[in-house]
Parts: sequence; structure tokens; C-alpha cells
Amino acid sequence: MDKRLERILPKVQKPARYTGGEYNQIMKDKNEVDLRMAFCFPDTYEIGMSNIGLRILYGVINNMPGVWCERVFAPWGDMRDEMRKANIPLYALESGDPVSEFDVIGFSIGYEMAYTTVLDMLDMAGIPLHSSERTELVPLVFAGGTSCVNPAPMSKFMDLMVIGEGEEVDCEVLELFRKARNEGWSKQAFLMEASKIQGVYVPSLYEEVYNEDGTLAAIHALHGAPEKVTKRIIEDMDSVYFPTNPIVPSTEIVHDRVNVELFRGCIRGCRFCQAGYVYRPVRAKKPETVARQGIELLQNTGYQEATLMSLSSSDYRPLAQVCDEMLEWCEPRSCSLSLPSLRADNFSMDIMSRLQKVRKGGLTFAPEAGSQRLRDAINKNVKEEDLLNSCKVAFEGGWNGVKLYFMLGLPTEMDEDVVGISEIGNEVLHTWRQYSPNKNRGVRITISTSMFIPKPHSPFQWEAQVSMDEYMRRVYLLKDSIIARNVTYNWHDAKTSLVEAVLSRGDRRVGDAIEEVWRNGGGLDAWSDYFDFDRWMNAFAACGLDPEFYACRERSYDEILPWDTIDVGVRKAHLWHEREMAYQSQLSPDCRKQCTGCGANGLIGGKCDA
Amino acid sequence: MRKLRLLFEKKERAVYISHLDLMHVLQRVFLRAGYKLKYSEGFNPHPVISIAVPMSVGASSECELLDFALLDEEIDYTKLIADLNAAMPEGIVALEVYEPQRKASGIKWLRVEGIYEYDNRDAEAMLDALREFYAAREIPVTRKTKRGEGVLDIAPHVKELSFKVVEDGVRVEAMISVNDPTINPDLLVNALRQIRPDLVPDFAKFKRLEIYDENMEIFR
Repeated sequence: MDKRLERILPKVQKPARYTGGEYNQIMKDKNEVDLRMAFCFPDTYEIGMSNIGLRILYGVINNMPGVWCERVFAPWGDMRDEMRKANIPLYALESGDPVSEFDVIGFSIGYEMAYTTVLDMLDMAGIPLHSSERTELVPLVFAGGTSCVNPAPMSKFMDLMVIGEGEEVDCEVLELFRKARNEGWSKQAFLMEASKIQGVYVPSLYEEVYNEDGTLAAIHALHGAPEKVTKRIIEDMDSVYFPTNPIVPSTEIVHDRVNVELFRGCIRGCRFCQAGYVYRPVRAKKPETVARQGIELLQNTGYQEATLMSLSSSDYRPLAQVCDEMLEWCEPRSCSLSLPSLRADNFSMDIMSRLQKVRKGGLTFAPEAGSQRLRDAINKNVKEEDLLNSCKVAFEGGWNGVKLYFMLGLPTEMDEDVVGISEIGNEVLHTWRQYSPNKNRGVRITISTSMFIPKPHSPFQWEAQVSMDEYMRRVYLLKDSIIARNVTYNWHDAKTSLVEAVLSRGDRRVGDAIEEVWRNGGGLDAWSDYFDFDRWMNAFAACGLDPEFYACRERSYDEILPWDTIDVGVRKAHLWHEREMAYQSQLSPDCRKQCTGCGANGLIGGKCDA
Repeated sequence: MRKLRLLFEKKERAVYISHLDLMHVLQRVFLRAGYKLKYSEGFNPHPVISIAVPMSVGASSECELLDFALLDEEIDYTKLIADLNAAMPEGIVALEVYEPQRKASGIKWLRVEGIYEYDNRDAEAMLDALREFYAAREIPVTRKTKRGEGVLDIAPHVKELSFKVVEDGVRVEAMISVNDPTINPDLLVNALRQIRPDLVPDFAKFKRLEIYDENMEIFR
């Protein structure tokens, strides 16, 4: 180990996250590979190692002959400072080699608040931030991940961006890059060729032109680049690679258990939900694939808990079958299963009692809005009686805590919708009083609200976010209407949500502000420990940008949107139709009930397995 | 059920795994190696394992003991060691498995090696001063304990010191008490910091070499 590193590790918190050496990390001889990739995750080790995308792509890329892919995470502030003081550049965990020695540097960017961390990691690696400053082919700096569905804000920093699921397209990009490097192509020649791969967006081949009012006049595709980049998806979830022999961290991470994917996509079509649209269409694994992968994962890692994950796990048709099959293996071995993303309308006590044999802590539901009218408007197809019925079942089954998540500032929201949230809290409390078999233990009902953030490629992509003042007014309106002592209310900070709204729907000029924030000490902005609102506001001002222009302005249907170059498979007209339905508080059926013709089935040749 | 003891090494990158994390790591090692650890009873069962006299993060060790119990019927110790090693993270090596003859609370002394690194000072010149310092009749060190700050004379609890110039600086070897009182090897450097700051190395790292009972017999 590097001597300088050996000296700083005892000084920082949780040093085990900076050393690598975990069971199942992939080691190769660097003299026997001809392509080295640094897979950079712009957040801490504990967050990054909990990310299923990283786990999958790490395995996929390392399966390529001659390629060694290693992991790089963002150091926490104490480590970052120590590394800078000791002149230690950012390094990869497996080999300990500096990131600057790698051929390819890939970032997985799942959320916008990680943007400044990307810049900080590039800087710590000693790599110029702007794609235009990196004139040579090597190193290639690229990004993928959900936030790339609006590639504009990070465009100036990336040589290329991958849109959609990476299992296939990442390998295609790497193969082309290897060819280009071996044959001595120029960077420009490589990027032009790469832009022909479906799912690859090359920022330097597009140009934004603005109107006087700051809106986009046009986005020009240059040098024959495609007008629209269509996202990539995996068609067959049963045959695609899934890691069943993953790295087992030697220190505690956020999701310290194994994860098995049930399906991608979501049948629901909640109108605020970006994930529900950009991951379409629904593609499920067969139950036997899920059970086999889950058991292999538990066996190979020694973990004793498996999460059956997806965007809405209770919508997985053969859920009960998978649970039974896995529990048969799990029970004699003291292993347990857990389910995230339960819906209040099809919550089944049968399944829950199968899963949680011992500890009955809290249960979380997300009704999202306080009135039936507003829930219909956002197409969150959950009725109050569904929620109360689920709570009844849970309370009868011995649970004594419920967490309820809501958003404030949803389109068409009025004060009665806000107050309706506290009424739901009261109803849940009432349900507990009626049905709890053991009232001596008390009950904890927690209501949390966050500020609605309009996201690209969702039906609400044209919406204005409410102002921070208005959000806080609604927060206090709700707070004052909650009188029951057993109901606690937490609200999410408005400042981060405003910044996230700007970054989500930003154009390329927003990239300047991201850079400015980083230059003024930004990084790890997803953490309240480091997020500094004034630093962001100063940066927007310094770059001549008005955050409200991006966050709080309603767009017209005709306006050119910064992410119009990206096609996630869902037609824009469909999104607009859904928006109009929202304003009439009209529900759309879920994909299983009736196809609404979003267009995403086109990505898999017409037939959609919702 | 069989109560067993594992002798293992902790070195290289694994020295940064904290005690609590190491317990989880080893628990998973047994599970993926295919052995059935004995679990506690109750609402939240956890494996009954314990590591004797845990070290602070950053120290390596040639001599760690883990007590555990297996429910497996037949246990071939040689195979068990091989199975565990195949499932270990880098830097943790299983050496021996046996049925313990006495409780781990019988451990009294540790033999440790410290490498004191001096960057811009001549290690040779430090040698005599260090030797003289640690030979003092009394070495009172202020240390924080659970009950607040206290002064402890470490001199009676640190024995058999030897010093040698090595490539990186000075190698110190000592026998230190680990039980009543517990002398953390870092105290050896803290003593310098409090009494002879001029001798404080630029960096010090420690390795546990061996463990002993109160009669100075090697403890297993």
C-alpha cells in the first residue's frame, strides 16, 4: 500500500471504505489486459456499493476479455482533505492505481445532486474537467445513469453519455474505443463513430441555440449525428447477465444485503414519476430466475437478507411463488426476505406475514397526495380505503408504526388537498384504535412531505415548481392542522429541491453554474453536511442564470426542451395527454388493465409484457 | 454443537476493518464456506462469536483468536481451514482450529512490534533516547477512559523492550499488558507525545506478534 495513504487512513472515519480488498473483488494482472476502466460512482462507498447498477456493470465489463474494470468512489470530506494535503490523487480500489492511469473513466450518475461530485472526482484524479480540454483519445470520460436522460447540464464535461441500460451498450462503446486506440484514431473520429451506436449521445455533436427570452430556439445535430438518441434496453431479463457472485463489503454499507431484481419498468404511470416513464417498458424475470439468483446470491455472499427489488414489487405477478420458493431455502438457514416499494392498494398480509417472521417495526406507504382528487390527478391509483385497509391488516398483524410519504406542490394542489394529508393521518390513527390488538404499546404515525420536483420525460415535465415560500406556506398549513399527538410530521428542506429542480431540467448553461459551485468548494452536494444553498445561488448569479427560470416556469407544449434530443421510447404527445388528464383529475388505467399507447413497446418490437 | 477457537492473521488491507465490521465479515465467511454457526436464542438471533482482545483500526496481527461454535456434525479441521480461507477477504488468513482448553479471559500479555518512522531525523540517533525513555522507572501517561481522564504509570505494564534500526526508522518490540490494565500500543507513542515530544515519530504502526497468559506462557 502507498506509504502516504498508510499514514492518513488511521486519521479518517471508516477507513475500510478506502482500501478495497473485499471478498470477490475482481483482480487482474494489469500487464495482461489492454483496457483499464475506472468505474466512478460520484458518492460514498456505502452508497455506491448499495447500487445495483454498479454491481451489474462491474461484472459485465470485467467479463470482457482483456478488460479490467475497477471501482472508484468519492471520499468523504475528511478523506478528501487528507488526500489533497498529502497529494494523493484519486485511486481505484482494486489496484490502488491513480485514476489518471486508466484508459476509460466512466461515471454512473443516478441523481442530479451528484453532479458537483463528478467534477470533484475528475479534479482529484488530475483530469481536465472539460471534454474540449481533453484533446487526446485517451482517457475517455463518459457517463451513464438515470440523470443522463437530460444530458444537457453535464454535456461540457463528458466525451459521451450512454442513455438507458448499460449492459450491452457499455461493452459496444468499450470495444469501439479499444479498436480506435489500437488503430490510432483521433478523438473526433472515435466520437463520430460512437454516435452511430444506439443509446450513445455525444455532446460535442450537438449545439444549443437560444432565443432572447432564454428558451431554446433549436438543438442542432452536427456532423451527421442522429437528431434523436434512442435509449437502450435489455429485452430478455432472464438471459441477461446478473451478478450472483458479487463483492461482499468488509464494512457496513447502506443496503447491507443482497438484491435481486424482479423486473424493470413499472405498470403504473404515476404522472410525477420519472422512473415510471424512463424505464419502460415492463420486462419481468421468470420466477425461477429470480429464485435461483436470489439463492445463489445468499449462498455466495453469506448475507442473510435478500431484497426483491423493482419499482413496485407488489406488482410482480408471481411474487407469492418466488417468496415461497425462496423461503423454503431461507427458513432453515435463518435468512429473510424483504420487499421495498409496496403499494397500499395491493398490500397483502399473506405475503408480509411470510416475510417478517420476527421483527415488526414500521411499514411505509406513499399515498403521495392528501385527497382522492389529487391522487387521481397524479394517477396514483390508491384509494383512501385501500390505504386504511392495508393499515388495518398491518395493525391487526402486530405492526405498531406506519410511515406515510406525501409530496407538496403537486400540479393542481389546493389548500384542501394539503389539509387532507392530516386527515389521512387521523384516519390511520383511528384505524389503529379500532383494530390494534395491543394498544398498550402505542403507535407511531409519521407523515413526511417533500417538495415536488418536475422531472424530464414525465407528464409533468412542463410544470412549474412552486416557489420555496409557497412550499413552506403549505408545510405550515399542514403542520398546524395536525393535532393528534401520535402523528409526527417531518418535511424535506425546500432549498435542495429547488436546486435539484434547476439541475433536472437545466440546459447546457446550467453546466457553468455546476462548475462554479464546484470551484467554490462544492462536492458531495447530495449530503446536507456539504450542501450550501448560498453557494448555489451565488453560482447561478455569477453565471447570469435565474434558478426560477428553470424551476418555477411553466413550459408550453411547443417549447424546445433541453432533453428533446433523447428518446426514452415514450411519445411526447402521450406525456402531454397524460398531463391534460391530470388537469381533469382523470385516471389512466395501469398497463396491465389497458395499454394507453405510450409507445415504449416499440423498443421491444411491439409486444409489451406488462 | 462444538465450541471451537480459530487462530488467524489480520494483515495488509484488512487491518483497516474495524472490530465490529470484522465480526460481520467472519460471520459471512462461515456462512459462505457452508458451515452452521451457533446462533443466540431470542427475538434477534445473532451468531455466538467473539474475538479476543480486539485491536485498534490500523494495527496488524499475526495472532488473533476467534471463539465460535458450530452445529455441524462432522468437522475436519484441515478442511475447515481451507474452506474458510477460500471465503476470506484479502488479508485475513485462518491458521489453526482447535477446541479451546481455557477461556480467552486468561490472556494477560501481548508481544507487539512498533515501527516508528522518522522522516527527516536520523533513526540511529533516536535509538538511545528511546531506549532511555522507556527504561525509566515511571512513565506517567494521561489517558481517556470510560470513567474520564486518568494518569496511568505504564512502566510496570511494559516489559522486555528492544530497539533496532530498520529501513523505515526504529523497530520497537515490547511485551505489554492487555488485561488489568489494558495498554493500547498507541499509548507507547502517546507517552512520548506527553513527555518527550522531540522523540515522537512522524508515523507509527503496530503489529501484534504473540499473546501470553499471566505466566508468560504462549496462550492458545
